[in-house]
Order: sequence, then structure tokens, then C-alpha cells
Amino acid sequence: MDNLHIDQHISQQFNSDLEHLRTHLLELGGMVEAQVVDAVKAIETADGNLAERVLQTEQEVDRREIALDRECTLILARRQPAASDLRLVLMVTKTTHDLERMGDEADKIAKMAIAINEDGGASPRGYVELRHIATNVIKMVNACLDAFARYDVAQAIKVVRDDALVDMEYRTALRELITYMMEDPRSITRVMNILWALRALERIGDHARNIAENVIYMVHGLDVRHIPIAEIENRLAAQIKNL
Amino acid sequence: MTTKRETTVGTPFVETPKLAVRDVNVFYGTKQAVFAVNLDIAKNQVIAMIGPSGCGKSTFLRCLNRMNDTIESCRVEGSIKLDGMDIYESKLDVVPLRARIGMVFQKPNPFPKSIFDNVAYGPKIHGLAGRRADLEEIVETSLRRAGLWDEVKDRLASPGTGLSGGQQQRLCIARSIAISPEVILMDEPCSALDPIATAKIEELIAELSQNFTIAIVTHSMQQAARVSDRTAYFHLGKLIEVNETQKVFTNPDHELTEAYITGRIG
Ligand SMILES: Nc1ncnc2c1ncn2[C@@H]1O[C@H](COP(=O)(O)OP(=O)(O)OP(=O)(O)O)[C@@H](O)[C@H]1O
Ligand SMILES: [Mg+2]
Repeated sequence: MDNLHIDQHISQQFNSDLEHLRTHLLELGGMVEAQVVDAVKAIETADGNLAERVLQTEQEVDRREIALDRECTLILARRQPAASDLRLVLMVTKTTHDLERMGDEADKIAKMAIAINEDGGASPRGYVELRHIATNVIKMVNACLDAFARYDVAQAIKVVRDDALVDMEYRTALRELITYMMEDPRSITRVMNILWALRALERIGDHARNIAENVIYMVHGLDVRHIPIAEIENRLAAQIKNL
Repeated sequence: MTTKRETTVGTPFVETPKLAVRDVNVFYGTKQAVFAVNLDIAKNQVIAMIGPSGCGKSTFLRCLNRMNDTIESCRVEGSIKLDGMDIYESKLDVVPLRARIGMVFQKPNPFPKSIFDNVAYGPKIHGLAGRRADLEEIVETSLRRAGLWDEVKDRLASPGTGLSGGQQQRLCIARSIAISPEVILMDEPCSALDPIATAKIEELIAELSQNFTIAIVTHSMQQAARVSDRTAYFHLGKLIEVNETQKVFTNPDHELTEAYITGRIG
């Protein structure tokens, strides 16, 4: 299925309700994605102003989260959606929550950027790791939203797979940073800031994976949480063959 | 036509069918209304039949207790077995068959008799109650189970036709369960009822399904989702999909089912 045909209901109002839901989720997604990108940039360039701007977006993200939840509640109460419509609405409620949490993690990164800045600028320790993981996580955030916009299950699966990679890279980076700190105890405060930022990025990756899983559920009605990737692919293949 | 799938998708067959329907076609004169339906109705389960108006749900349901025999132009082909017994067997007496497979219709149709007699009639003719006291007990329990007792207990002698539409429907349900059928066919039993009465009937269906087999035709998706174990979707006389209700309403297999339950232009 390349499309959930949300514009084909007999009720025009229902069509437009669902279309709005989709648009509003994508807008929130875009906003949170920008938050993540800016937070990473703020930490890389020790840009306190940019970090402040990331923190200010928080309120708008919260406001939109609540508005989206209300939209979903109204659709559930008024339309009692079934099948793909139901899955879309469920997907949106869950994804809204993941996006809001991603925003919170971006805020943490921004706060680290402010701390590093106040601490007197960048320390080279951990920046390579940070940049590397950040690039991958930002790609995942972008890809999971794109997968939602286009009902693209292949892309969603890729996000799930990339998350496993990011988790591994995070663990490796963690070990290296701990070694730095042991070698040079004076670096502990700075490296800890980087470490917290890395941890936030890893969490953002987890939320991107959740969203990707929600996309798979929305498109195929298959709940793939807590299932190994090979098994996800088997089940999807079996389901598509049955159709 | 050639590109369309002709067989029913999903799981039309079960291990312990109460009713087994094979290759059933139904005609009104030369016009075919039901096409090659294969379906098992599982014992002690509720199956909901849904589909657009005119798709043949009522026609199909009426086949299951040979109610179509009463329609002059109607002809049924194929086989329907109740516990392995062919119900279209020519020597079969339809009166005991309809005692085993009872029916509740879309429009309430009480007899022009008292409320008491409406319910007592079946048990009397089928010899289910010898003494007056037994009969009274059957009438009371049937009316209670149908959620009508409290409203009529003080006027059991007044005519059934004097009740409101919703009360008449519950009276007909009481009448059909009074003879303890094995299978109950219901054709939009709640279309004339308010939400409270509907909830009572749905509760009754849930309770009855522990010991009885129930097939219900309904236009309410929510009702089908609430009361049934399996759901069958009909479209233009064909049985398109049969699946567990939970699956049909969250992730149906056929695009026609999806279009119908989500209110899309199919
Ligand atoms: N007694 C009859 N004589 C001739 N044609 C009939 C008769 N009863 C039904 N039909 C036709 O058979 C087809 C199926 O009708 P049926 O009543 O089974 O549909 P249904 O799915 O129950 O519709 P609804 O949801 O409106 O009750 C329709 O085209 C209808 O016009
Ligand atoms: Mg009908």
C-alpha cells in the first residue's frame, strides 16, 4: 500500500480532519527536527544564542502536542475510525508523544551547549564521536518523518536498522570518553557534558525508531515492537504474500 | 471481472462448525442475489454479517433456517448442514428445524396476542412446558433476558402490538429465545432501539453466545465490532472476506472490506 487513501471517505469533513492531522504531525515533526539540528550545531560551535533559541521552541512544541492530542480525541469520539483510519490516528497519538520527547532531548543538548559555552568554549575531546553520531541520528529523524509522509515501509525498516547501529556507536563512544576522563581527570566536567549530549542523541534515535515502527503499524497493521529486524522482514514478506 | 478475486479471503472455515455452508447460490426468479458462498458458522460463537444495503445479507441469513422457502420466487442451490445434517433435505420438516434455528427480524413482528402469549406460544406448540407454572417461568426468564421484564411485568395480558417499537423488538427476542434454539439468526435486531435497549440486547447476545450460536446482520460497524467473534463482509452478493472481528476492524485483508468499514467510496 503506497497510500492510505485518506481523501476517499464519503464524508468530506472526515477527509479533511485526517488530512489536517497528517499535516499537523508533519509540522510538529519539522519543528522538532530543526530543534535537534540546531541543538547539535549549537554544541559543535559552542553557540549559546542558538542554544537559547532551541529552548524557546519547547513551548511551541508542547502546545502543538496538546493540540494534536485533542484532534485525535475528537476524531476517535466523532468518527470511531476503523482499520487504516484507526491505525493512522493511533500512530499520530504515539508519534506526537515521541516527537515531544525528542524535543526534550534536544533541549538537554542545548543546555549542554550553554554549559560548554560558559565553560569557555569547545574541548576537542569527544567531538568526533558527537559529530558522527549526530549525523546518523539527524538522518534517522528526517527519514522516519519522510517514511510517515510517504507511507514508506522500506525507509522505516532502514531507520529501525540504523538505530541498532547508533546504539552500538554510542556504547563505543561511551567507552572512549570514559578512557579520556580516566587519563585526564581535569577534563571530566567538559567530557561529561559531551557524554550527556551523546546520551540525548541516542535517546532521540530510539524515538525515531519508535516512529518508524509506528509507520510500519500504520501501513501494514503489524506491531513490530520488540521484534528482531530479520523477523520483522519475514512477517512483512508473509503478510504481503497473503494479500 | 477476470482481475477480481473470486474466492473469499481470510478464514471462512473453522474446526467445529455448527452450520457448514457450501457453494450456496440464491436466486429470486432469474436474478441471482447470492453467489457461491462457502462459510462455516462456528459453534457457540457470534458471527456478524456486514455489507452495503442490497448485498444479500438478509437473503443469506434466511437460507440458514429455510425462511426463503416462504418466498415464492426464491430458489436456493448448494448445501447447508446443521451439525452435519443437510437442512435442505427434501423430507426434512421445517417446523422443528426453525425451533432449532430461531430468527429475529429487522422489523418487530409480534403476534396480535397478549405479551404473555407472544412468548408462551413457542414453548406451548413445541411442548416445552407442561404446567402453567413452567410456562410462566419460561415467559418471565425470557422477558428478563431480553431486558423487557421490568417494563411489562404489570401488563402481561395487554397486546404485544401495543408496545413501542423497541419494546416490540425485545418482545420478539424474548419470543425467539423462549424455545431455547441452538442457533439464533438476527437481522438488524437493534435498528429500532435506543442506545440503552441496544446495550441490553448486546449484553444478551454476549450471554447467549456461551451456549448458543448466533449470526447477526447489522449495519452498525460498532455493533459488529462489539458483539461478534468473527465478521463476514458481503459485497454484491459475494462473500468477500471472513476473519476474526478484531482483525477485520483493525487490519482487514480485502480492500473492499477496508473501504466499507472506513466509510470510503468502494
Ligand atoms: N423477495 C424478493 N424478491 C425479489 N428480490 C429480492 C427479494 N428480497 C431481496 N431481493 C433482492 O435481493 C438482493 C439482496 O437483498 P437482501 O434483502 O438480501 O439485501 P440486504 O443485504 O439484506 O440489504 P439491507 O441491508 O438493505 O437489508 C437485492 O438486490 C434485493 O433487491
Ligand atoms: Mg437486510
